[in-house]
Amino acid sequence: MVKYKGIVASGGVGIGETYLIREDELFVPKKKIDYSKISREIYRFEEALIKTRRQISSIQEKISKEIGFDHGRIFEAHFLVLEDRMLIEDVIKQIKNNRVNVEYAFSQSIKKYIDTLLKLNDEYLRERVVDIKDIARRVIKVMLKEKSASLINLKNKRVIVAHDLTPSQTADIPKEKVVAFITDVGGRTSHTAIIARSLGIPAVVGLKNISKKINENDKVIVDGFSGTVIVKPSKKIVGDYKKKIAKYSKEIKAAKKPKIGKAVTKDGKQIDVSANIELPEELNLVKKYGADGIGLYRTEYIFLGKRKLPTEEEQYKAYSNVAKKSKPESVIIRTIDIGGDKFLSRPDVPQEMSPFLGWRAIRFCLARPAIFKAQIRAILRASAEGNVKMMFPMISGVEELLKAKKMVSLCKKELSGEKKKFDKNIKIGAMIEVPSAALTADVLAKECDFFSIGTNDLIQYSLAVDRANEKVAYLYEPGHPGVLRLIKNIINGAYGAKIWVGMCGEMSAEPSLAFLLLGLGLDEFSMPPPQVLKIKELIQRVTFKDAQAAAEKALNLSTAKEIEKYLKGRLRKLLDKDFFNFLNI
Amino acid sequence: MARLEKQVLIKRKHGLHARPATLFVQLANKFDSSVKVKAGKETIDAKSIIAILSLGLNKDAKITIIAEGEDAKEALGELANFIEEEE
Repeated sequence: MVKYKGIVASGGVGIGETYLIREDELFVPKKKIDYSKISREIYRFEEALIKTRRQISSIQEKISKEIGFDHGRIFEAHFLVLEDRMLIEDVIKQIKNNRVNVEYAFSQSIKKYIDTLLKLNDEYLRERVVDIKDIARRVIKVMLKEKSASLINLKNKRVIVAHDLTPSQTADIPKEKVVAFITDVGGRTSHTAIIARSLGIPAVVGLKNISKKINENDKVIVDGFSGTVIVKPSKKIVGDYKKKIAKYSKEIKAAKKPKIGKAVTKDGKQIDVSANIELPEELNLVKKYGADGIGLYRTEYIFLGKRKLPTEEEQYKAYSNVAKKSKPESVIIRTIDIGGDKFLSRPDVPQEMSPFLGWRAIRFCLARPAIFKAQIRAILRASAEGNVKMMFPMISGVEELLKAKKMVSLCKKELSGEKKKFDKNIKIGAMIEVPSAALTADVLAKECDFFSIGTNDLIQYSLAVDRANEKVAYLYEPGHPGVLRLIKNIINGAYGAKIWVGMCGEMSAEPSLAFLLLGLGLDEFSMPPPQVLKIKELIQRVTFKDAQAAAEKALNLSTAKEIEKYLKGRLRKLLDKDFFNFLNI
Repeated sequence: MARLEKQVLIKRKHGLHARPATLFVQLANKFDSSVKVKAGKETIDAKSIIAILSLGLNKDAKITIIAEGEDAKEALGELANFIEEEE
């Protein structure tokens, strides 16, 4: 049994045997052709180009149908390559002058152009080279009459393993045959990740060289929640994971027949259950799963993997698009939560020993006012287009919040001077994820309009546990009494200053803890879109009074296990059997 | 048949890369005239995406667009406008 850790790209758990998609160097035979065969070779070339065009069109259609958003643009460059006169003429010239077969001529021409493009040593061009390689492979396959992925003939579902998947390869794979995707390269915003998320197929990417270490037909578990891939797992682990899968698929089924409504407890307390999103493509999921707006819009994707910093204008376009589409529901835009090391332009950043405790988020932004200002101005301008709120991550004390707010005032003044529109009363919030902020919540609450508790980091910091470290991961307990007391303190601090308080971590989507949080007085729950319905229904089926009593009792217990057991017992009593079983706590 | 040419400065932030290159080639292909781009010593077919990309044109590069054919004037006008746009 071997474990690998990668980047979470799409949630869910899949167990199955692997199917390897090799980055195969296609074997292209070189043949001398007879003078009389020249026109036939040229004809074969034209035929192959037409066939490939048809393939790409149908893939394009399939992608927009399956995924429901405009992904077709990916293939614009593909079409141009297929029609490229210089390339076509070059191939024909080779066939005529060198009397070689079309497959060989074509692969030689492509190689020549790819080499030229790579020599320019330009990041954008490298991406285009991937497109050109992808299209060239298709054309050659058509000419050699090779079938593309032979997956269609597989009897059972497989875990797809690849170094990388191009959009056209991903689209080609019959989805009903896929348990999960795992790849060597890629990040949360790579095409494979986006497509996998939209299709609800688990995916872990960035696994370095896993495609070289795994054999065909190996049994693997892909845990898309934690980013873990387990090769040749023990029977016990498979059993544990099967239970997890059963739970997850129930949730999905429930989500497919949505009963969308407000989350109001039986005794009339209304709670907002909103969604966390990262990419604009996920907006359709927000509506689909009936979320009350967006409780956390992560903006890192606009900054990552770019050679240059995004301009205010680019950011404004991205934010106002999300604001407009979510109207009248609210969108909480969080300023960037990354360190300088994540920028490709790398503004003089040293390697850090513990990046979690390092120069990132609000600390980085305050030290780089130009970057911070462009983002704040863009968010402010977007606030004229919808119901926008702004939130700062990793606040550790009130000075940081005051400095950030000062920047907001300055930007507002500038925008007024430039006669640019924005919401003058835009609400400003602090993300509470550092224990010192949790403990001084009463102080912070006086300086902002709302709180959002970021539990993933709060738990990590308060329990001193790096979740990615397997040796200590068992200590990561969201229900730890220490964590719950911090949360209670945050909520009390908010109430004292009469501001509302939400939570945008994974914890709010855990049913028994959600019940507890409801009792503690949390006003807003924000989670990945597919979890929203379950939590809404839970809230609709209980009373605030019962939740309050349970929370009070739970906070007097001494361990996470006792708390969990107690909450489970309460919910078993309060909920009808079917719904309790469905929650599978 | 008219043969016209015009020197333009690339004002687009990303030069003629990626999507702008795609759009430029798509635009060039709309015209019947032959269109060429001259950059430095090289002159290439503006209707070829691979040729355009291989010039590696960045912002502030100076190029000459040469159009020859019935609609050379329109082609030159639209392509020059595209190159000189900032976004």
